[in-house]
Amino acid sequence: MSTIDTSPEALSTATAPPPRDEAVTTRATPATVAWVTSADHKVIGRMLVGTALTVLAATAVVGVVLGVERIDGGGTLLDPGAMPQLFTAFRIGLIYGGLLPLVLGIGVGIVPLQLGARALAFPRLAAAGFWTWLGGLALVVIALAGNGGPLGGDGDMVDLFLTGHGVLVIGLAAVAISLATTVLTTRAPGMRLERVPFFSWSVLVTALGLVLLLPVVLGALIYLYVDHRNGRALFGGNAGISSWLGFAWTQPTTYLFALPVIGLLAEVAPVTFAKRTPMRGVAYAGLGLVGIAALAGVSQRHHLVGWDGGLGDKLQDVVVWAFFLLLPVLGVLLVTAVVGLVAKPTRGERPNIGAPIVFAFLGTELVVAGMLAGALTNIVDLGLGGTVFEEAALVLVVYGGVLGALGALAYWTPTWTGYTVPSAPAIGLAGLGLIATALAAGPYLVAGFADQPAGAAVYDYGGPSGLWNVLVTAGHALMALTVFAFVGLVVKAVTGRSEPAAADPWRGHTLEWATTAPAPVENFVEPPTVRSPEPVYDLRATPDHGAVEEQDR
Amino acid sequence: MHALPAAPAPPPRRQLLVGTALAGAGLLMLIGGMLAIWYQQRARALDAGDEATWLPDGVTVPEVPVNVMAFGLVALVLFAQWAVHAARRGERANTGLALGLVALIGLAVINAQVFVYHQMDLPIAGDAPGYAGMFYAVTGTMVALLVIGVAFSLITAFRSLGGRPRDAELVAAHALYWYVLTAAFVAMWFVVYVTK
Repeated sequence: MSTIDTSPEALSTATAPPPRDEAVTTRATPATVAWVTSADHKVIGRMLVGTALTVLAATAVVGVVLGVERIDGGGTLLDPGAMPQLFTAFRIGLIYGGLLPLVLGIGVGIVPLQLGARALAFPRLAAAGFWTWLGGLALVVIALAGNGGPLGGDGDMVDLFLTGHGVLVIGLAAVAISLATTVLTTRAPGMRLERVPFFSWSVLVTALGLVLLLPVVLGALIYLYVDHRNGRALFGGNAGISSWLGFAWTQPTTYLFALPVIGLLAEVAPVTFAKRTPMRGVAYAGLGLVGIAALAGVSQRHHLVGWDGGLGDKLQDVVVWAFFLLLPVLGVLLVTAVVGLVAKPTRGERPNIGAPIVFAFLGTELVVAGMLAGALTNIVDLGLGGTVFEEAALVLVVYGGVLGALGALAYWTPTWTGYTVPSAPAIGLAGLGLIATALAAGPYLVAGFADQPAGAAVYDYGGPSGLWNVLVTAGHALMALTVFAFVGLVVKAVTGRSEPAAADPWRGHTLEWATTAPAPVENFVEPPTVRSPEPVYDLRATPDHGAVEEQDR
Repeated sequence: MHALPAAPAPPPRRQLLVGTALAGAGLLMLIGGMLAIWYQQRARALDAGDEATWLPDGVTVPEVPVNVMAFGLVALVLFAQWAVHAARRGERANTGLALGLVALIGLAVINAQVFVYHQMDLPIAGDAPGYAGMFYAVTGTMVALLVIGVAFSLITAFRSLGGRPRDAELVAAHALYWYVLTAAFVAMWFVVYVTK
């Protein structure tokens, strides 16, 4: 049976409810156990999203603590010896604890619905991936709390950190394999690859990139672990961890993790303006170009460019730097150009501007700002490497990605829960998130030029470092508030204080809006037929969609 | 809720094969990434004049068993392909025999790797911990992948013999895993055992 067939169990449940006596005598599975053991992609996605949002909020709090420590040179709240662990916790929490599982979780929850599939490919692999990731993350947190990680003073805890990071990476790779297989094999009849929704396409590119990238990270972790346990001869011991794993914790690797946000913008813009997307191939290519970030990560080095050396050397450096750091920007520009073609109101109709498009637009712009900052960081002569400028670029990409992900949640909450997140307060939170990101990153873009070092709480700095760090601290605090407030909005909607959502509240174009809200266990009663990239839009335009001839665009 | 026309029965999608191909790509990246770091560290050690500590004096790589391992894996994929051929024809006995041989050769290769460890007698925390650590890391990872392969063979054999003899996709996915693992092993054999 394929994942777009109906399982006999679901069919019998749907058509013939059990007799009353049988229903009474059957012992129900406790809700917690059902959640923990569920192979329903929506449940797995919700677990990933919920945990990732919690980790993100906690990481933003770590950012607040780091900011406070840097206001007056360290030692305000914590022992200065704990700084390396806090910096590592901040970085790992943002990337592998927050942004990546968040976008993967949304992908797990939504992609099968968009593809017209009844289930995820290898759902138990995805569930195992979630638990493995969570276990690895717990080990990383325990190790960092016990003075492990890069520059950690406890050898066993450094080993535990490397082990936990490896376990975490294996879990995420498992989820990525499940997602990529789903898009490649589990689509409704008629949904060719060129008809796949943009969000699903971006998730496919991210998942394929992860399949290439994460094993390379795992290989480096294995070497580091064995070397650290036995002699610490070649990899620099605990001090070498950051340099050997740095490629996985910074730009341009992080662009890959934020890519689904750009896919979301391409997905939501035509819905907002009630139009078909022209030149879909250009948008697909743009999303693919951002995926080049995976190759940049796989090369395991920073792609620097400088003015020293001969013309040949310069040319070689510039080409590689531009390939890895500017092509992703070009990719986003291509997607934005296609969105620009759509973003014109039709005469007589008002665009349905809601929270999703606002979040997606702001998130994408912040990610682009982070990409440009990342490109500047790698220009040697600017002297920004090793300064807080690089941290600001990371914050822009990650917080931009998180804002976009919140937009995705606002968009698809009806499909997941049957309730709609109220738009006005959500748009307000998008604005708050923008201010938070600007505060958390902007001052460090300036302080980087003044050589404030990254990863240090004590430094010699002549500028207004207190002011910059106060602003950054406030930015992280506001981001934590944004995440908490958004979760509160969703919880408030779900717990019944808002109106139940209509099946298609946004007048969407893709298949997730062709089922009930919330979607049933197996998503669709019958697998739908797809004859264009916007099947639900077609149906709305021509109710006798079944008779519509295929139109290749 | 919009009512799109129901679809006819969908064609088979080869989900298992695609999933295995993706896992295989990840496997190649894992070993490829480790070999790239191996080359980098080897070049650094040799440039610094540390020939003696890169491959410590008195330690020799036993070439016969490692060559046998490489040839054994090449032979193994022939048996894996035989299993696919037999499964597509519903020949249960041949499928089971071929899968059993695959598992057996896989175990033999693991045994040969353990023999190589004994022959080399290279302490991981001895005079050359850098080389030894990298050697055990990359070959140990390969052993772990071989163990997974043997487990995959046994599971495939049990499923084929236990009532799904025509499940050719599972057997093909199993063969694909071994093809990829053999390619990775041959690359590792050349880098670690031949160029050293």
